[in-house]
Amino acid sequence: MSSIREHRIYPNRYQDSVALMALSAALAELPGVETASVVMGTGANLDNLREAGLGEVDAGPGDLVVAVLGEEEAVARALELADERLAEQPSGDAGDGAVARRTLRTLRQAVEENPAHNLALISVPGPYAAAEALKALRLGLNVMVFSDNVPLDQEIEIKRFAEERDLLVMGPDCGTAIVNGLPLGFANVVRRGRIGVVGASGTGTQEITTRVHQLGEGISQALGTGGHDLSAEVGAISMLRGLRALAADEETDVIVLVSKPPAETVAKTVVEEARTLDVPVVICFLGADPAAFGGDGQGVHFARTLAGSADAAVALARGETPPAESAAPPYDQVRFAPGQRYLRGVFTGGTFCYEAQLLAQDAGIQAASNTPVAGNLALADVRASTGHTILDLGDDAFTQGRPHPMIDPLPRDERLLAEAADPATAVVLFDVVLGYGSADDPISGLLKAIGEANARAGREGRALAFVAHVCGTDDDPQDRSAVVARLREAGVLVAENNAQAAAIAAGMTP
Amino acid sequence: MWSEHLDVVNVGLAGFGDNIRDAGGSVTTLDWRPPALGDPGTALALARIAGHPEIERANQVAFERYLSAQPVLTDVMPAGEAIPAMAGERLILHSGPPIAWDRMAGPVKGAIAGAIVFEGWAPTPEKAAELAASGEISFSPAHHHGAVGPMAGVISPSMPVWVVRDATSGRLAYSNFNEGLGKVLRFGANGPEVLERLRWMSTELAQALRPAVQRLDGLELKPLIGQALHMGDEVHNRNAAATGLLLKRLLPALIATGPDNAVLSRAAEFITGNDHFFLNVSMAACKAMLDAAAGVPHSSMVTAMARNGVNFGIRVSGTGDRWFQAPANPVDGLFFPGYGVADAAPDLGDSAITETAGLGGFAMAASPAIVKFVGGTPADATAHSRRMREITLGVNPVFTLPALDFGASAAGIDVRSVVDTGIQPVINTGIAHKEAGVGQIGAGVTTAPLPCFTQAVDALADGLGLAAGAAA
Repeated sequence: MSSIREHRIYPNRYQDSVALMALSAALAELPGVETASVVMGTGANLDNLREAGLGEVDAGPGDLVVAVLGEEEAVARALELADERLAEQPSGDAGDGAVARRTLRTLRQAVEENPAHNLALISVPGPYAAAEALKALRLGLNVMVFSDNVPLDQEIEIKRFAEERDLLVMGPDCGTAIVNGLPLGFANVVRRGRIGVVGASGTGTQEITTRVHQLGEGISQALGTGGHDLSAEVGAISMLRGLRALAADEETDVIVLVSKPPAETVAKTVVEEARTLDVPVVICFLGADPAAFGGDGQGVHFARTLAGSADAAVALARGETPPAESAAPPYDQVRFAPGQRYLRGVFTGGTFCYEAQLLAQDAGIQAASNTPVAGNLALADVRASTGHTILDLGDDAFTQGRPHPMIDPLPRDERLLAEAADPATAVVLFDVVLGYGSADDPISGLLKAIGEANARAGREGRALAFVAHVCGTDDDPQDRSAVVARLREAGVLVAENNAQAAAIAAGMTP
Repeated sequence: MWSEHLDVVNVGLAGFGDNIRDAGGSVTTLDWRPPALGDPGTALALARIAGHPEIERANQVAFERYLSAQPVLTDVMPAGEAIPAMAGERLILHSGPPIAWDRMAGPVKGAIAGAIVFEGWAPTPEKAAELAASGEISFSPAHHHGAVGPMAGVISPSMPVWVVRDATSGRLAYSNFNEGLGKVLRFGANGPEVLERLRWMSTELAQALRPAVQRLDGLELKPLIGQALHMGDEVHNRNAAATGLLLKRLLPALIATGPDNAVLSRAAEFITGNDHFFLNVSMAACKAMLDAAAGVPHSSMVTAMARNGVNFGIRVSGTGDRWFQAPANPVDGLFFPGYGVADAAPDLGDSAITETAGLGGFAMAASPAIVKFVGGTPADATAHSRRMREITLGVNPVFTLPALDFGASAAGIDVRSVVDTGIQPVINTGIAHKEAGVGQIGAGVTTAPLPCFTQAVDALADGLGLAAGAAA
C-alpha cells in the first residue's frame, strides 16, 4: 500500500512545544502511521518536517502544523485525533488534590511518620533480617526477628548492639511472642495474667501459654529469644535480658523459661541468674538433667515437659506446690494386626517433635528422626520412614521453598497418609497448632487423610491408632474445642497436651 | 516497654500485621523490598551506617555548608586564564567521570575534535581525532577543576567561562557558555558553523559580556534562581524565565559599558534567542554550592552527579575525589520527528549538578510542563518533588515551589536513603544523538542508577571499619 502525506495548519494557535511533542508521539503510535509531527511553524521546524519526509509546508511561526505520513486511512485518523486533542481543554482536576499517601518502604520513614512506634516485627528473608534489625535498634525500637537463616555472627552483632542501647531483641528464628497482650508471629489468644514466659522455642512457648490459659491463669508477657540464643556463641543474651525484664515487671509473679537443651555453660549462667531473682522461675530445658544445674530450690523449679512447666507455674502463681508430672492417663488399647509394630510421629511443631521423641525414649522406643534427640537415629532419607520414626515437617529439610506446614498443612496430611499406608505402622502421632499465623482451617485435609487411611487399613485387615494434641485455646480464631470435637468424631484420640499424647502413643505401640 | 502502648512496625509478612490489627493492636506494615539492589552485604553495611553518629554529624556540617554557600556571578574569562591547570596546556575538559579517548561516546569525541580545531591544534576534525587518539592531548573531567558543562561539557583553554564565586567560602566555580539549540558543539557537532559560532562567542560576545558582568559587581544567583522557580523554570531543562531575569540584569550593564551598536545587537539577539542561555550559569551556581559541601569526612551527602556518555558517576562528600560509577539509565522521553530510542546516546553531561543541588528534577513541581515529556500531569511533577524529600538530608529554603504550597525543594541527597528506599534521584535531561554532530533529538526524564549509591554506601561503611566483611 502506498503512503501519502498530509498536513493541516492551525493559524495563530500557540502551544507549548513539549505538549506538541507528546501529541506527535501519540499520532506516530497509530497503526499505519509512519511519521507524524505536530510543531509550531518556525523556519527550523519546517526544515525538520522536510528532512523527516513530511513535505513542504507553508506556515508562519505562530501557526501550528500537524503533518502526517502513512497509509491513507491512518493519516486521516491521525489528523482527526490531532484535531480532537488540540480542541481539548484541561479538565483542571489533574491537580494534586489531597496529598498523596506516602508509601512507607523503610523503618526510618515509618518512625518519621509515627514516632510512637516501639517495636519492629521482622520477617524478611534471612539474609536481610539482621540489617533491618540493626536499623530498627538504631531508631530506638525493640525488635522481634521471625526470620530464620540469619548468620550467627549477625545474630550476635544485633544482640550486642541492642544491649548497648538497653533494647530487647527477640530472635532471629523467633516464631512467637505475646507482648502487652498482642500476638506477634505465631501466637495464641490467651488471657492476660501473672505468668511470664521466656522461650527459646516457638511451639514450646505456645504450648505453655495455651495450657496456662486452659488452667485458668494468664500470661503477662511471652518473650522469644530464638533458637540459637542459648548457644555458647550467643551466650543467652536475650534470655538473660528477658528474664531480668520480667523479674522487674510488677505484673509478673512467676517466670517460665523454656528451651531445647542449651549449651551447658550457658544453661548454668541462666540458672544462676534465675536463682538470684525474687520471682519463682520454672525452667524447662527439654532433655537436660536438672541435676546438672543443681536441681530444684532457691526459687527455681525444674520441669521435664512443656505441660509440666505450665502446671508448675500455675501452682506457684497460686501459692501451691507444683504437682508431680503425670504419666500417661488411661486409654483404650487398639487391636493391631500382626506386623503392625511401629510408632510414626508426624509433627508441624519442632519442639513437639522433640518432646515426643524424649517421652518415647522413656517408654523404651528409640525412634529415627530428621531432627533426632540424643540417643535417637538420624533418618538417612527424610522421605522414607524406617522403624519407629518421629518427624518434624517444619524442619528446613522439608520447607525449602515452601511454606511451613503450620501455615500450609498439605505436606503433613500427605505424609500422614503415607505413614498410615505402611503395613508396619501401628500408631500415628501428630500435632495440630492453632492461633494467629497458623492455617485458618488446619484439619479439613487432615480428616480426609485419616478417613482414607482408615478405609484402606480396613480393607487390608489392619487397625490404626491416631493420637493427637491440639495446641491452642477456645479463643483462637480456629477454636480449639471445635477442632478437638471434629478430630474425636473421626476416631482420633486427642490428648490434653503434647506430653500426654506422646506418652499414650508410645504406650500403645506394641 | 511494658508500660507503653505497643506500636509495631511490621517488616515482612503482611499477615502478621493483619493479626496484630485483628487483635486490637497498632501496626504499620511497610511496603518493604530488599534494599541495596538485593545485595545482603551492602544491606548490612547500610544498616551499620544508618543513623551512625559520625555520619550524622558530618552530614550536618556538609549540608550547612551547602545551605550557606552564596554563589555570585563575578566574571567572564577564557578557561585558560580562569582554571590554573589549563594555563598553557593542551588540556580539554569533558563532562562526567574520567574516561579515556577510545571509550568516549560519539558526541563527546565530536565535541573534543571540534575543540581541537577551534584551538588551532589541528586543521580538521579528522586530524583532530587522530591527535586526540595519539595521546598528545590531555583530558580531564571538568568536575576535577571546579567546572561543569552540559552534555559533552567540553571546555578548551580559549573558550570563555562564567566565573561564579561562593561569597561564603571564596571558592570559584566555572561553566562554559551555552551555544543554543541545533548543531552545537555540546552535542558533538563540529562543522564550520559550529566553530564559527564558538569563535564569535569567545571573542566578541565574551569581550562584551566581561565588562558588563564585572560592572554588576557580583550578581547573586540564588535569589535569581528562586525567582525563576516561581516563573515556571526548574533551571535545568527550563531556563526561559531565568534567562530573561539574567538578561534584565545584564542589559543595562551591557549598554553602560558602551559597546558598538552592532555588537550589542548581535549579543542581545544571541541571548534572547536561546532559552537555555542561563543553564550554564545555573550549573556553575550549583557547582559552587556543592563544592562547599565536599570533603567532609564520613558525610554521605552527594556532591556531584554527572555522566560522560558511557557511565553515570556520583561523588560523595565523605569519600573525597572518588567516583562511583554505573552504566547510565535509559531516558524516558519524547523525540523530535524522525528520531527514536535507537538513535539516542546514553545519558550525558554535568547538568545533573542541578538535581544534586535540589533543582531540575527535584524542583519539577515548579515546572509542570517538564513532565509532559513523559506524558505526565502537574500532579506527577509535584509527586516527583515530594518523593525526592525521601532521599535528601533536608530542603533548601531559598528554593521554594509554589505547587507545594511554597514548600522548599528537597536538597542534599543522602546515599543511605537512596539505597534504603530504592528511590532513585530524578533527573530532567536532553537527549543527544549517539552520533557526533547530529545534536539534540529529544528530551525527557531519567534517574541516577542505584549501583552508584550502593558502591558509595560500601565505601562509607569501609571508612568506618563497618564494611560487610568486617566484624562489627
